[in-house]
Amino acid sequence: MDVAIVGLGLHPFGRTATMSGLEQGAAAVRTALADAGTDFKTMQFAFGGSQDGGNADSLVNLLGLTGLQFTNVANGCATGGSSLNAAYSAIKSGQYDVGLVVGFDKHARGAFNPKPAEWGLDDWYGETGLMLTTQYFGMKIQRYMHDYGISRDTLIRVAEKAFRNGALTPTAWRQTALSWEEIENAPMVSEPLNKYMFCSPAEGGCALVVCRADMAQQFHSNPIYLKTAVVRSRNYGSFEVFSPSQPPEVAASPTVTASQTAFELASVGPEDIDVAQLQDTEVGAEIMHMAENGFCAHGEQEQWLAEGATEITGRLPVNTDGGCLANGEPVGASGLRQVHEICVQLRGEGGARQVAGQPKVGYTHVYGAPGISGVNILTR
Amino acid sequence: MSGAKPLHPGLFTWPDQNPSLMGSLCLDCGEHAFPSQRSCRACSGQNTQDAELGNTGTLWTWTIQSFMPKTPYLTDETPETFRPYGVGYVELPCGLKVESRLRENTPDQLRIGMPMQLEIISVREDEKGDALMTFQFCAAKETH
Repeated sequence: MDVAIVGLGLHPFGRTATMSGLEQGAAAVRTALADAGTDFKTMQFAFGGSQDGGNADSLVNLLGLTGLQFTNVANGCATGGSSLNAAYSAIKSGQYDVGLVVGFDKHARGAFNPKPAEWGLDDWYGETGLMLTTQYFGMKIQRYMHDYGISRDTLIRVAEKAFRNGALTPTAWRQTALSWEEIENAPMVSEPLNKYMFCSPAEGGCALVVCRADMAQQFHSNPIYLKTAVVRSRNYGSFEVFSPSQPPEVAASPTVTASQTAFELASVGPEDIDVAQLQDTEVGAEIMHMAENGFCAHGEQEQWLAEGATEITGRLPVNTDGGCLANGEPVGASGLRQVHEICVQLRGEGGARQVAGQPKVGYTHVYGAPGISGVNILTR
Repeated sequence: MSGAKPLHPGLFTWPDQNPSLMGSLCLDCGEHAFPSQRSCRACSGQNTQDAELGNTGTLWTWTIQSFMPKTPYLTDETPETFRPYGVGYVELPCGLKVESRLRENTPDQLRIGMPMQLEIISVREDEKGDALMTFQFCAAKETH
């Protein structure tokens, strides 16, 4: 049984001082249910997650105690991707007909505060100042720039595009385009990445109503089909965050293995994708993920960005809503925002940021610590 | 200051004229790990033993920590006395790349491929006034 997405809900990303994370999740669910013309009582199951916003299954206190199967998912930045993956399996297997995927979060300002013990590390690692995700991202793109000839200009181009697209997205956190000079001269965070090259922890909620493909028209006249949902963790040798040492040989990242499996299962190739969301925790991530997901060869990003190939008007629009850079990253909701945006684009409801030519096949890729990737391929 | 001791046991040989990083070697598949691991990440076996990893290498990648980290960072520094530090992976002779603080802390001092040397530094004092020591790498001195 194929799987369809028939309801889209997003509570705007950024900061909503008057609402808890849970309330932002509930708002997203209500929007998604209304979009699908249905109600919470009809939902047979839910998968949801939040890192700092509370237990997702507490949403029933706000939405109704209907007795449905509600499973909390906790998979770092890939929480949304893992929730959708679980929902996909629940419908694909024939266990359920219709259900809900939801993610939300409300993070404190500034960088995340990881605890070494939760990552299987001893305290010295954090105490001596090695436990910052920003360092890892700086070091990964630094090596990548060295190996593949990526310039600092290309980093700036990715940030420019993100804020330009964010300015076209009413639900984005950052809705002001930034000039080349503003980005280039921003305070350095972790060489070679500066303030405008990183996304920030944020708040927000996102929800999707999913159902059996043969029931989709009951809920929405323009269903989007989830062809495949794949989640993979890291292999030995993959260069990942919070690693006190790395083996001699660098192995393919979980993004590569998730992407290859997704293309195989969906029987499409990178050349068939009309619009994509690629995890852009920082600008280097978007650049590396273009190649890791198979869209170009390593090093070709330099030319792609110079030509505007990933702009809304380019041959492969990437992160049309401004991605994590313009939306911020409420961890539980972020991967679902990606799917939401691809559904919006495939429905043709993108407004000022709509990709021309009626895109038919979309792609989402989420990546998170400590080395987990989720890829979805969607069609209309 | 009354004395000095490692912040965490088993990371490096110390006190030592010529301190060396300590890790483990898998006797089944030959892979090294740092810190020492009882089960091998490569082959899932449990036949490992401690191994000295040496004190020299080359810089594989780097960045600079330009602001004072929040917890779990724990030193005697204040935001006023904090000094930026380098962070990098140093490729050891056995091929393993170890993440480390770097003494060098400006982009012009750091280059992928440069030779590096281990040194032992103080992190903070404990309640008895003993210095707690950790490792970092710095640019190797040209010897010839």
